[in-house]
Amino acid sequence: MKFRSLAILILWALALLSVSLLQNNYAMRTATMIAMFSTLAYSWNFIGGLAGYPSFSTAAFFGLGCYVGALGQVHGLSIPSAWFLAVIVVGAFSAAIGGILLRLRGHYFAVGSIAIVELCRLLITSIPGLTGGGSGLNVPLVRWSPDAVGLLFLVVMVTLFIMVGLVTQVVQRSRLGFGLRCINQNEDAAEMVGINTTAYKIVAYVLSAIFCGAVGAAYASWTGYIDPNEAFNSLMSIKVPVMALLGGAGTLLGPAVGSVIFILLEEVAWSNFLEWNHAIVGLVVVVLVFCLPNGLLRLNFSNILTLKPARRIWERV
Amino acid sequence: MNTIQLIINGLGTGAFYASIAVGFSLVWGVLNVINMVHGSLVVLGAFLGFFFWKITGLNPVFSVPFVAVSTFLIGATLQSVFINKVVSAPVLTTLTLTFGLDLILYNVMTVYFTASIRRVTTSYGNIDLGSAVVPIDRLYVAIFALLITGILYLVLRMTSIGRAIVAVRMDKTAAALMGIWVKSVYAITFGIGAMMAGVAGAVSTLIYPVTTGLSGAFLLKAFIVCVIGGLGSIPGALFGGLLLGVIESFAGYAIGPQNSLTLALAIMLFVLLVKPTGLMGVKGFD
Amino acid sequence: MNSLLKVEGLTRTFAGVVAVHSVSFDVAAGEIIGVIGPNGAGKTTLVNLITGVLRPTSGTIIFNHEDVTGQRPMQAARRGMSRTFQIVQPFPQMTVIENVMAGSLFAGAAQDMPAAEQEALECLRLVGLEHVASKSASSLGLASRKRLELAKSLASKPKLLMLDEVNAGLNSGEIDGALALIRNIAERGITILIIEHLMKVVMSLSQRLLVLHHGELIADGDPKAIIKDKRVIEAYLGPKFAARAEGYANAQ
Repeated sequence: MKFRSLAILILWALALLSVSLLQNNYAMRTATMIAMFSTLAYSWNFIGGLAGYPSFSTAAFFGLGCYVGALGQVHGLSIPSAWFLAVIVVGAFSAAIGGILLRLRGHYFAVGSIAIVELCRLLITSIPGLTGGGSGLNVPLVRWSPDAVGLLFLVVMVTLFIMVGLVTQVVQRSRLGFGLRCINQNEDAAEMVGINTTAYKIVAYVLSAIFCGAVGAAYASWTGYIDPNEAFNSLMSIKVPVMALLGGAGTLLGPAVGSVIFILLEEVAWSNFLEWNHAIVGLVVVVLVFCLPNGLLRLNFSNILTLKPARRIWERV
Repeated sequence: MNTIQLIINGLGTGAFYASIAVGFSLVWGVLNVINMVHGSLVVLGAFLGFFFWKITGLNPVFSVPFVAVSTFLIGATLQSVFINKVVSAPVLTTLTLTFGLDLILYNVMTVYFTASIRRVTTSYGNIDLGSAVVPIDRLYVAIFALLITGILYLVLRMTSIGRAIVAVRMDKTAAALMGIWVKSVYAITFGIGAMMAGVAGAVSTLIYPVTTGLSGAFLLKAFIVCVIGGLGSIPGALFGGLLLGVIESFAGYAIGPQNSLTLALAIMLFVLLVKPTGLMGVKGFD
Repeated sequence: MNSLLKVEGLTRTFAGVVAVHSVSFDVAAGEIIGVIGPNGAGKTTLVNLITGVLRPTSGTIIFNHEDVTGQRPMQAARRGMSRTFQIVQPFPQMTVIENVMAGSLFAGAAQDMPAAEQEALECLRLVGLEHVASKSASSLGLASRKRLELAKSLASKPKLLMLDEVNAGLNSGEIDGALALIRNIAERGITILIIEHLMKVVMSLSQRLLVLHHGELIADGDPKAIIKDKRVIEAYLGPKFAARAEGYANAQ
């Protein structure tokens, strides 16, 4: 029972990997995207779901990961070293920024976290000598066959997904997870009970950052080209929390469920309604907020059948 | 580029920033909702103003009454149908919702108006002050921005609906107990916020291109002005806007326009940490 | 003297208003001290200062021979200072037992979750809530919530427990129950500082009384003597009554 959700995650990861057997590039690409966004959603879950701090910084960490990884490779580092460097840098950055930003709460924290994304994008764009600025940066490609490359990055993303899933399981069952849940529900009481709220919040923030950084670095190597608008895409900062919320923020399987549904929806939208893809994300958001305020996994099916409206979590005191 | 010219430029842009921030600040202060649709509403106003100019050939400033009414109605409707349901929700929910609504509006505009950039072309010339030059179109924008800001300030101070809005901002429970229909006040306030955005947008066509690509930039400026100047306060938005305009003007000259935005963001973060209520903000008082 | 808590010259101002003015007192280990005073006297502010929720404008706080002035609330909890809130502060979406576990996991002795659960159950038994352990904290009524608050404070194994109006909103029977509980806690060696308005509770529990008025400590001593003290009567009832009371006292 205790490890049921872990087993489900691993089974799901294996399912994603097995897509490679279909010999279909599109399917493989989709599976890789699902793994990638699931990782991002689980990352966000640490600070947004468990600790309850509305962070919109995902794009900042992802983008930084892209650029550090890419620059590392451009300057001769091997791929694993470049990715490792990305994780270290993003981790350090998030620890420093978190120490300052996490003093804010609610709206102010949210605004600050959005500002970080913009700030990072502007800073990267303003040093074109190093980063290629607005025209982007080319990343040395992995010189294998396209099929092998596709498989490689599927494996990489699924591995990251399993890693973040494992860490989530460990954290959620640990003192850290318990403490974060306390902070989420009543930060002042949490402090009074002896929880070092500052330290815990920073840990959650760093955890949320390092996996994003890793994913970003891998993504840069995968696509071979990054530019500031794509790397620091504020749409990502909203999509990722929405995926976690869709499945159920703070739950063990929510982010995975939410990201699958969202990505599949998006793929359908892209193929059929390309020019409406923003609106479709927007529509998902609106439906989410009104029909699934607590996420899919917290849906009370008996309430639905009797057409009772969901009692939103924030209305419970 | 002498100092006086920089100051004049800065005040001109700053007045405009104030006018786009004022509606945003009001909604944030009264409904406690960060309205991510705001930037797109400015762009919507710009499109309406542009089409008005295209059809009538008149200065877009004359489109204002029409734009005001339409954007007010759009805002009030948005609030009653969507925002009202989440007014007491945590910021993650309200921000996500308005972000989602913004994506829809942005997409609708991009599809129906297309992404090509439009411009209103005017030939108003300049006023020569000797050591500096004041472009007349910028002067129009600045005067207009100050005008609508001033009118809003007077409305809040002197009309009963204005007093009701301020009351709700200070204490919505007490306001309800005094017989104020809080939901109506919310709808009207959001409508006013949307109206200010639209109207500012209509006037912006004189100096800015008309394109959905600017919606993010307008929103960001509104954010920065509100944080620096203080929430829910009209003098605060005015002060913040002018300050931002002047800072950008000087910084743009010294370190380049791109870096001046970075500087503005850095200042915003700094103010957030040091005095989140803003340099002039005492939340709830006007 | 075995002084557990020593407060000296503690002052706190809020934008011109002096909430607490140069308050000094000692608390010995094992004492039960009542803190009384009219509304707005600064009693809760005093507790907030001691536990680190507020920083003092000036003055020192020495706890267990350690200078803890300006500490963070989390440090206060870990050092062995626990307090309850006038308006209860549970973790609403957690169960009753989880709420208490929070107390033992972080400031208490528990090393891991199972140990914390055991500790929490013990505390719940002590306050009489073990039968609702797995219910949601928000489903409890006020009296039970107060007990939960108490259980949570106990779980952190405090040396000093500060109770801020634990009896507000309770009926007579519930108050008697609370009294018995507090005595039980004191018997376990925990030093208690109790802010109370109800004289019945304060008089029957306290070995010593501190009286605050307008932020100043106007009396400190034996309860029976304090309630006859002219300054105390004046603080509560005004100078006219104080003079009249003095007249009665002199006549006897």
